[in-house]
Amino acid sequence: MSEETTATKKPRNASPRNPLPRRDPKQRGKDFEEVALGFAAEAALAEAKRCLQCKRPSCVRGCPVEINIPSFIAALAEERLEDAVRVLKEKNALPAICGRVCPQETQCEVSCVLGRKGDPVAIGALERFVADWEIGHLPLPEPCLPDPSMPKVAVIGSGPGGLTAAADLARYGYRVTLFESLHAPGGVLRYGIPEFRLPRVILDREIEYVRRLGVEIETNVLIGNTITLEELLGEEGFGAAFIAAGAGLPYFLHIPGENLGGVYSANEFLTRINLMKAYRFPEYHTPIRVGKQAVVIGGGNVAMDSARSALRLGAEATLAYRRTRAEMPARLEEIENALAEGVRLMELIIPLRMIGDEDGHVVALECQRAELGEPDESGRQRPVPVPNSEFSIPADTVVVAVSQAPNPLLARSEPRLRTNKWGKIIVDPETGETSIPGVFAGGDIANDAGTVIAAMGDAKRAARAMHEYVQSRSR
Amino acid sequence: MSRFEIVSRRLLAPTVTLMEIAAPRVARKVKAGQFIILRVDEQGERVPLTVAEHDLEKGTITVVFQEVGYTTRRLAEKQVGDVISDLLGPLGRPTEVKHYGRVLCAAGGVGIAFIYPEVKAFAEAGNELTSVLAARSKDLLFFVDEIRALSKELHIATDDGSAGYHGLITDLLSQLLERGRKYDYCIAIGPLPMMRATTALTREFDLPTTVSLDPIMVDGTGMCGGCRVTVGGEVKFACVDGPEFDGHQVDFDELAKRKRAFFEEEQCLLNPEIVRLEQQAGGKRG
Repeated sequence: MSEETTATKKPRNASPRNPLPRRDPKQRGKDFEEVALGFAAEAALAEAKRCLQCKRPSCVRGCPVEINIPSFIAALAEERLEDAVRVLKEKNALPAICGRVCPQETQCEVSCVLGRKGDPVAIGALERFVADWEIGHLPLPEPCLPDPSMPKVAVIGSGPGGLTAAADLARYGYRVTLFESLHAPGGVLRYGIPEFRLPRVILDREIEYVRRLGVEIETNVLIGNTITLEELLGEEGFGAAFIAAGAGLPYFLHIPGENLGGVYSANEFLTRINLMKAYRFPEYHTPIRVGKQAVVIGGGNVAMDSARSALRLGAEATLAYRRTRAEMPARLEEIENALAEGVRLMELIIPLRMIGDEDGHVVALECQRAELGEPDESGRQRPVPVPNSEFSIPADTVVVAVSQAPNPLLARSEPRLRTNKWGKIIVDPETGETSIPGVFAGGDIANDAGTVIAAMGDAKRAARAMHEYVQSRSR
Repeated sequence: MSRFEIVSRRLLAPTVTLMEIAAPRVARKVKAGQFIILRVDEQGERVPLTVAEHDLEKGTITVVFQEVGYTTRRLAEKQVGDVISDLLGPLGRPTEVKHYGRVLCAAGGVGIAFIYPEVKAFAEAGNELTSVLAARSKDLLFFVDEIRALSKELHIATDDGSAGYHGLITDLLSQLLERGRKYDYCIAIGPLPMMRATTALTREFDLPTTVSLDPIMVDGTGMCGGCRVTVGGEVKFACVDGPEFDGHQVDFDELAKRKRAFFEEEQCLLNPEIVRLEQQAGGKRG
């Protein structure tokens, strides 16, 4: 038994979109196996044939990494799968990842002409199908050895942005070293996004692909501390550097009781589970304690991931969000998935304080009801507290998933690197160049988009600019 | 010498091990007060350890640890030539080493290893040091001669009276302070109750006191916030804002509770029989 996405409007001219199979919510809510199953071959071909092959495709303009979407879909429709793979990989080294975690509904698919009257082509699911086909049918390429006479370039952070920049720079011919502070590469794809959305075999395979392009990955190196940026560009001999260190500093609510035991930042909660494999404790030695009732504060994708992880660890999971479902920044699909699995949504909730027992462990979240008032700067209606509406939600785990700030360590170690008042590295919006010549930055350390694909788009532009920079210097 | 290879090791005291690990890049950068995060093996936790010494020429760092939990026990099993799976550093802000004048250095237990690099740095900066080292008994003391050589005065306290003053370090410190000797600065490193008691005492004497905290950490780079501590009413991350803080501002009660957050899980790891039963039950916990 599998559940299928609810069809939206009934299309008149076009055939309906082929349904995307997902595992049964009751079953999948108990383990960390992948939720979305991907198209079977027949459905993928049928879906590919829905594409109108527009002469001037608007979908491509919606893709931050500029994939030639009609071209890969045409190749798929004609069952030329190796061609489809090649078209994807020309622009995107991580298609099996993007096919799973990109918000296509706000990127390529939102611009699909078919979407005007019915359902857009399921571009994301097709990307995943082609990428998974490659993984199942084609061997990894032989490792490339970069030309030792080419300049060295450094990429800092091995998340989606770093991997993309590293892949592109390797293709330009550079000797690329990708530095990662954690013990395993992947950044947010490894510590943040759970296995049930992105299986680690897929992640490992795509990282291995980037490595085979000639990229050297060095884990356990914190640029700024282990090696400074200045040393990288000086004695270490790197001609340019791309910083993609991500938004790795969690925000808290600064309400009483937030330091009680059982209260985690989403980063800590997900890192313990994903990177450290705490869900396999005691086989893996990092613990997590979830208890019976987990409350996750927030309404973004990270909140969904946290709530769904808590559920899988045996807790009743509740999302407490200060606005309503309609304003939640998470992908619609992830909200649907979470609710189908049994995550409870409490809307219009303002957390006031966390209550602890005598051992200092959280037992409840005290909140206040809100109603929607005037729109704020983001255009969304502001939650306004309702007087005398205080109540409490029992909780032995509270996860605070209310966004994060850029990690300050690198900027702290390099005063020449200019940052704005939120700690973001200031970059040229076209090239990604920072206040230091030859140093570029992108993704969440510099910009606000907060998605995997936006970071990858930044990385692509910056890799191109780095190529120009290094070339202009060597002439 | 491969990366993160154990180059030498010795037992400093029962359950206290000194390990010299190949980590040339860390050795080049590390300063007094900083720490590293290591992961013993693929299944291992990431744990913070203070760096006690480093050798630029050999490209090694030295950590000292007491077998207090599962991970430190696993680490202690590693022999010369074995390789640690992962090691990241240096982390945290270095100690602010200045010329203060007369400095009181108080260390308890394995904290003696952590105060040693600070004793060196403060002596080099021209301070006159009074060092006070404490342990449960004489055989748990180490680095005594090294620290004595850098200090104007050295005092020892043991709980059982097997060496030096018979009693708690705070009683000995209290005697020193009441003797009317003026100090300009104090560093206190040791078990949490020792640091709490020491800072309570030095507060009475208006003696500025820095402590080095070791809360639970995962990444050690500011990412998880697991190491948050309240200092002067503000929430700080020990990994990026510390690990050293003004001891008179630290909320020790909260920190003590946070450090016990995974006490039951730790017991489960330390008791292999429970581990076996859990694995039989499917390797998952409800």
